[in-house]
Amino acid sequence: MWSRRQGRLRPTVCGVEELRRRRREREAALRKARREQQLVSKRLLRNDAPEEAGEGCVAAILGETEVQQFLRQAQRGTEEKEREGALVSLRRGLQHPETQQTFIRLEGSMRTLVGLLTSNQALLQLEAARCLHELSHSEQSTVAEACLPATSYLLTYLSSHSSDFIELCLYTLGNLIVESEAVRRQLLPQGIVPALAACIQSPHVAVLEALGYALSQLLQAEEAPEKIIPPASASSSILASTLPQHMLQMLQPGPKLNPGVAVEFAWCLHYIICSQVSNPLLIGHGALSTLGLLLLDLAGAVQKTEDAGLELFFFQKQPSLLPEGLWLLNNLTANSPSFCTSLLSLDLIEPLLQLLPVSNVVSVMVLTVLCNVAEKGPAYCQRLWPGPLLPALLHTLAFSDTEVVGQSLELLHLLFLYQPEAVQVFLQQSGLQALERHQEEAQLQDRVYALQQTALQG
Amino acid sequence: MQLPPALCARLAAGPGAAEPLPVERDPAAGAAPFRFVARPVRFPREHQFFEDGDVQRHLYLQDVIMQVADVPEKPRAPEARLLGRVPAFACQVAGCCQVFDALDDYEHHYHTLHGNVCSFCKRAFPSGHLLDAHILEWHDSLFQILSERQDMYQCLVEGCTEKFKTSRDRKDHMVRMHLYPADFRFDKPKKSRSPASAEAPGDSGERSEGEAMEICSEPVAASPAPAGERRIYRHRIPSTICFGQGAARGFKSNKKKTKQC
Repeated sequence: MWSRRQGRLRPTVCGVEELRRRRREREAALRKARREQQLVSKRLLRNDAPEEAGEGCVAAILGETEVQQFLRQAQRGTEEKEREGALVSLRRGLQHPETQQTFIRLEGSMRTLVGLLTSNQALLQLEAARCLHELSHSEQSTVAEACLPATSYLLTYLSSHSSDFIELCLYTLGNLIVESEAVRRQLLPQGIVPALAACIQSPHVAVLEALGYALSQLLQAEEAPEKIIPPASASSSILASTLPQHMLQMLQPGPKLNPGVAVEFAWCLHYIICSQVSNPLLIGHGALSTLGLLLLDLAGAVQKTEDAGLELFFFQKQPSLLPEGLWLLNNLTANSPSFCTSLLSLDLIEPLLQLLPVSNVVSVMVLTVLCNVAEKGPAYCQRLWPGPLLPALLHTLAFSDTEVVGQSLELLHLLFLYQPEAVQVFLQQSGLQALERHQEEAQLQDRVYALQQTALQG
Repeated sequence: MQLPPALCARLAAGPGAAEPLPVERDPAAGAAPFRFVARPVRFPREHQFFEDGDVQRHLYLQDVIMQVADVPEKPRAPEARLLGRVPAFACQVAGCCQVFDALDDYEHHYHTLHGNVCSFCKRAFPSGHLLDAHILEWHDSLFQILSERQDMYQCLVEGCTEKFKTSRDRKDHMVRMHLYPADFRFDKPKKSRSPASAEAPGDSGERSEGEAMEICSEPVAASPAPAGERRIYRHRIPSTICFGQGAARGFKSNKKKTKQC
């Protein structure tokens, strides 16, 4: 649904530079928010065009009288079109935070809206739901909390048969969930988890994507690791429900894999797994094999599309891919002789070394993976030398980052220990001078000295 | 990063038969001042390691919002897969004269009003689950008999298996345990007179507020509701909202407005 929506968007009026600047600003704001543990983002479904008055012109802010008027018209109007029109006007006004505040402060407004939401007029229902959706987008938790009377109905409608309506309810729920803990505290006993578990069997892709979104917001909550994920929390527990199996099913590679849906459920799994609540349970459902196969599938797709040399560009677009990939490699190789052997026999050492210049973080991780291999003993180090490793290490010794140099020293130590012939070559290639640079550095001194001794004695 | 050209072929060929190389550690490897130890790493969810990924995720969520203002004029049907604007057409269900100009509006109307309809009293429900509960509790005489002896009123919340002696007990449970509103529209106690005579077709599971005040046909609960609760009941449903007679009137007026019936 979202990729279709993006396909229909026209490019904005402003230039590329402006776009880049905005994106950088947003990124900086997101990083700051994350550090303050205030990372909240929402999704908004808006179907209609901007007002006829012109492009970029949004509906006016509504005052108290107007809100009351529209509500009354919606409730008591005689013509259905008139009632619907009143709700549409209200909805447009609710795009503004000021109107939202006016609305929630008006006595009886939410009661009226909930009445319309549950009326037997389908189109009024839909418009009322859209009004709620606008309210759910507010950044004020008071507005989200004002929507509490509606949540039992939003959940009830998840088991209805109107897929557009279900989708709208799901996105509204997702937005409300992330905004306020009070909302979550109500939704859990109201049975949101069983409701989602029933809804996940829908055949509609748009519904599934919306469900994944709502679920990811629930799982991102601070209290999720204690109150929402663990199997012990009975009816409100994610792990005790059938949701994990269904999520994994939607991540199976193959022709039925929908990217928009898969993205949402992948994030859901991430939040569950890094909460470290009960990962063996997920492994029991086949999480490792599903995710492994999916990763292979995606990597295969990347290889087919990217020419040699463009992989680095790809990594620039997705900067977290490299560290995360290397993290995976570390965990695979740390205690596994077979994985280390595979790394060697598939000639992956040299490609790994090519990643060293990317960044300090990446360097440290590459060197750590190589240390995992080297520490397994002489049989492994023999395969690391001769070759590009030593020159690469001499190169990293020229870095100024202490952690990079420190990890290089560890690797050198292992190499010298298990492959003594490397020492001579090291000396011949001005290794001692490379070491000298770091003699004064407190964190490196001892190791530099030890290596100098080894080199001179060897 | 240049991967070895033969890599794909070798990976496709399946796992090799190679045994892992023998592991042989020298104690000097971990001796001070060196401190490397091979170990898997775990990051808790708030760790900075996930910052880049989280930022990506939120940019993805927000990207669409940033461009909403530029969304071009769409036909009334939000989904391109449906036909968008079509000449006005009427609902085909007998007795319903609602007219539409967009297919998705019709879809929603159909599911809401004609989807889960009780064949006895013509009430419509949002889901099969609620319809089943309604039929059982309102139209099944066996249910009435059994309920005198055992707890038959099932909690309406998905996933809850609790059952209760009376409709009122069930409501109390839903209010206390599940934080449902006391005036939840889809859980009204059955009224004493025959439903078919009172309700117009196409009505939803609602009742006018007058009916909610009537004595239930089921046996009186051990602790009758205090008078105060009834007052709250009345207060919760604004007098301007009327789902019984009022909705029927509204429905009839629609009939006048549409082209043909």
